[in-house]
Amino acid sequence: MMSTVVFAENLVKRYRELSAVNGINFSVNPQECFGFLGPNGAGKTSTMRMIYGFSPVTSGRLMVLGKDVMKEMREIKTRLGVVPQEDNLDPDLKVLQNLIVYARYFDIPKSISWARAKESLELFQLWERREAAIRELSGGMKRRLMIARALINQPQLLVLDEPTTGLDPQARHLVWQKLRLLKSQGVTMLITTHYMEEAAQLCDRLVLMDKGKIIAEGTPAELIEKHVGRDVLELRLRDGAKTLVKEQLAQLSASSEEAGDTLYVYTDDGRRLHSQLKLSSVDRVLLRTATLEDVFLKLAGHALQE
Amino acid sequence: MQLPMTRVTYRAIRVWQRDLDTFLRLWKTESWWPTIEPLLYLSSLGFGLGVYITRLSNGLSFLEFIAPAFVATTAMFAASFECMFSSFVRMEFQRTFDAILATPLTIEEVIAGEILWGMTRGVFAAVSVLFVISLFGLVHSPWALLTPLVAVVEGLMFASVAMIITAIVPAIDAFNYYITLGITPMFLFSAVFFPLDRLPQIAQTIAWVSPLTHAVYVQRSLILGQISWNLVWSVLWIAFLALIAFNVSLVLMRRRLIK
Repeated sequence: MMSTVVFAENLVKRYRELSAVNGINFSVNPQECFGFLGPNGAGKTSTMRMIYGFSPVTSGRLMVLGKDVMKEMREIKTRLGVVPQEDNLDPDLKVLQNLIVYARYFDIPKSISWARAKESLELFQLWERREAAIRELSGGMKRRLMIARALINQPQLLVLDEPTTGLDPQARHLVWQKLRLLKSQGVTMLITTHYMEEAAQLCDRLVLMDKGKIIAEGTPAELIEKHVGRDVLELRLRDGAKTLVKEQLAQLSASSEEAGDTLYVYTDDGRRLHSQLKLSSVDRVLLRTATLEDVFLKLAGHALQE
Repeated sequence: MQLPMTRVTYRAIRVWQRDLDTFLRLWKTESWWPTIEPLLYLSSLGFGLGVYITRLSNGLSFLEFIAPAFVATTAMFAASFECMFSSFVRMEFQRTFDAILATPLTIEEVIAGEILWGMTRGVFAAVSVLFVISLFGLVHSPWALLTPLVAVVEGLMFASVAMIITAIVPAIDAFNYYITLGITPMFLFSAVFFPLDRLPQIAQTIAWVSPLTHAVYVQRSLILGQISWNLVWSVLWIAFLALIAFNVSLVLMRRRLIK
């Protein structure tokens, strides 16, 4: 049995003048859901594209399912399921036909692909729409069909590049529910997202990427605890109060991050910190539990200010 | 050095099958134009213009002369348009190539499959024109049964050249350059409408470089039963150009799509 599903060492991707991935290291274990978080342009998609053989590796080592992507890509792709960021269902074919034709690229005979397509369409609540044209589907249905299509070869690794970008909340929750089901069935998954909630919902482990580098790594809970603490105080202060409050925070040695009009204060005990601060009634204060979003803001806050 | 075409396996057929499947779904809207267009030409030129031209120097009626040429020209149009507009739409707007590249197929196999399909469209077109002109009694020899084989070579050639154009155009409008500067001059000066000896010597020499001149020459000779060894050389010339264009298109497409 292989131990590592994806293994990257000093992985670099450069397009002509642009450097997209600057020497990253990571490994994905079997049956794990591994996430890549980061703002647009962080290098997530470039990393995915190297994993599914779309972009040649500039330098470094990248092993997928125990094989070198630069040497045995065809063997890798046989056992890989890919859901790219952009929907690329075949609009010339109907829903069911999309899966059957796709299966044929894998040399899966029709008797087998038909049964798998049926099972998959039922799972993703699309069987009723099997004769529909692609343009008749909603965004959420297209996304589900993309995932169903990626499963047609019963992949050992499923790569999802921003699986729910652009979906409304209901459609997003339905996709998450299906992905959690696949995970419980033991499918190893690799997900990129810029939704922190998505990462928290699905990922066992994740890396935070920014400017082509990995800036943090761990489980969602670990990352929050290590970089932020338990609570967050969001302060929207009256004019002129900022300097004053910042001084108080420095005395209490609480870390904070400023983004736009809001000051985010990270602490393990938000209630106590709140009572220690001298605030006026016009200052707006929100006390809440820390999320991955805060980790992200703290470690790559500049990305949101640009 | 290894030719790019050596990287193509049987898997290219999967793309051809995909295109065939869509064609069969849409065949009612897709398959009539290769037949109608030559019919329009034949009626306009044959019954209209042809009235003023009683006999050509070679003893044929105008209609007998031009009808077989359309077996070659329609194949050129069908193969070229398939691998320009249709392939471009699949590549750029539908992202179909991207989707297939996530499966075990390579970029060379995707492009080869598209070219094979463009060739198939060319053969379909040639056969349907042959059928139509045979109804008018314009097919004079059983050698005409070989025309689909010639259309295979010709279709492969024009599909490959079209794929080269598709690999280099920035946007779909840019196909007009190739149509205006490539396809239309070939159509007008490749002995479709008049024997080449009407042209000045230098223009004749240039016309004989054009693959369409050779395709027209071979198809016309087969349909009229004028058999000679020269036909083999003409087919070999087209095949040679096909071989070059096919490999060049694979290289250019890899350069365009794999980054």
